[in-house]
Amino acid sequence: MTAQETEWKSRLSPAVNSIAPSGIRKFFDIAAKMEDVISLGVGEPDFVTPWSIRESCVYGLERGYTSYTANRGMPELRMEIARHFAEKFDTHYNSDTDVLVTVGVSEALDLAMRAILAPGDEVLIPEPCYVSYQACTILAGGIPVAVPAKIENEFRITPSELEEHLSPKTKAILIGYPNNPTGAIMDRENLLAIADFAKQLDLIVISDEIYGDLTYGGEHTCFASLPGMRDRTILLNGFSKAYAMTGWRIGYALGNADIIAAMTKIHQYTMLCAPITAQTAAIEALRRGEKYMKKMVAEYDRRRHLIYDGFTKMGLPCFEPKGAFYIFPSISPTGYTSDEFAEKLLQAEHVALVPGSAFGKCGEGHIRCSYATSIDKISEALARIENFVKKHKK
Amino acid sequence: MRELLELLEHDARRPVNELASMLHRSEYQVEKEIADLEKNKIILSYNTLINWEKFGADTVTAIIEINLTPQREVGFDAIAERIYRFDEVRTVYLMSGSFDLLVIIEGKSLNDVANFVATRLSTIEGVTATRSHFMLKPYKKDGIIMNDEERDRRLVVSP
Repeated sequence: MTAQETEWKSRLSPAVNSIAPSGIRKFFDIAAKMEDVISLGVGEPDFVTPWSIRESCVYGLERGYTSYTANRGMPELRMEIARHFAEKFDTHYNSDTDVLVTVGVSEALDLAMRAILAPGDEVLIPEPCYVSYQACTILAGGIPVAVPAKIENEFRITPSELEEHLSPKTKAILIGYPNNPTGAIMDRENLLAIADFAKQLDLIVISDEIYGDLTYGGEHTCFASLPGMRDRTILLNGFSKAYAMTGWRIGYALGNADIIAAMTKIHQYTMLCAPITAQTAAIEALRRGEKYMKKMVAEYDRRRHLIYDGFTKMGLPCFEPKGAFYIFPSISPTGYTSDEFAEKLLQAEHVALVPGSAFGKCGEGHIRCSYATSIDKISEALARIENFVKKHKK
Repeated sequence: MRELLELLEHDARRPVNELASMLHRSEYQVEKEIADLEKNKIILSYNTLINWEKFGADTVTAIIEINLTPQREVGFDAIAERIYRFDEVRTVYLMSGSFDLLVIIEGKSLNDVANFVATRLSTIEGVTATRSHFMLKPYKKDGIIMNDEERDRRLVVSP
């Protein structure tokens, strides 16, 4: 690094400088150059958006839907979102005041943090978790406080674990279940305990439920639907995972009118509105997309069984994931760190996956494997990993 | 059972151990279910969907609309049987609307098919009219797009 480059870096925002770059980058660079790599490292559906949704966007473009929309999003879309939550979770939002359409959950999370955090406020974040939770907290002036979830508890979090990390500065809890990277879910009972805790300590709960529709063998419990939680919860969701719409960048936040108004204020100055193309597609997704979504979920479920069986048979301990499209096996039989395992596996067998350490310290010793890929590729990847594990067992 | 059928319909070559894993059942159970389905003629055969055009086979496919005079007691069934027994006939459906049977025929040439319609189909007693449509290009068959250009465009690794 030249002297001048060092100097430029010193002029950047300390908050930005304090954030580590994503641990995934390195693997991307290696894997992208390989010819026959099978990737279990992809955090998005392998399906393309169902045609009826794509077609409705094309139709919208033909009719000239190319303008800005209301800051909060198109009224029809907000009404569809409110209707969806009323029907599915008996949780009622006013589409004029309690709904904000955003550029994916990523933007919604950023807005939520910026809307509620004062400098130095702490946010309890169960780990392992999605890579942007800490960064968003820091960029909003807050302090992320990691709460390690335990594998013995299938990576669910309990009030007593949260309590250990409580301080007078604690402002909010940020939970993401079904979970990326572990595939863990929290059932109604688990969530009720968190709800009680939040109420007792008067904390705001940010609940990222982007994988909610991808819950297997049971129903997803929406945190805001729990007694007394509607106003206390900033509910984040979107279309990326359930409707295979990652590249559209479309999500939403639901909550009490004051918080949503505050988030809308930031949104109107920084983003103005979510793209109208994505909004027209999202309307179609909610009106007629459910059957396509259910078909994709059924397919993920079959792959889930297959990949869980595969890891169990090859002797990498893991619990059966009940949500999202990830499995999080332990690599303890090899004695490698998750980074070493991922790199050696990629070099030796050309299988890409993501080391658990990318999702927080307590993810160390695990690997995240996505089963959002075809059955044939999963089978081939499992065979290659098994071969690798056999050779590298302690 | 339905799920098993859907999986087999999509790919009949899937190994039993994979099917068992996916459906969360034992291999024995899956094998037995398949055997029962075959025995009960719910599974009729295992075919391969082939893009013959791409292979370069010069077969001709025609869709024939047929009008019939229904017969006492058997309605359309007896005539339908007389038609579907021909090897040249690939598919026969009884239809509502302006014609009665939809018949799909494959032949070596246009002439071949035309000849078959003229001499074998239209001469069957009870057949009052036929209209032939020759197929020019298949885009999608049995739920499969023939030349699907959609491919995996995702980044190799993403959070």
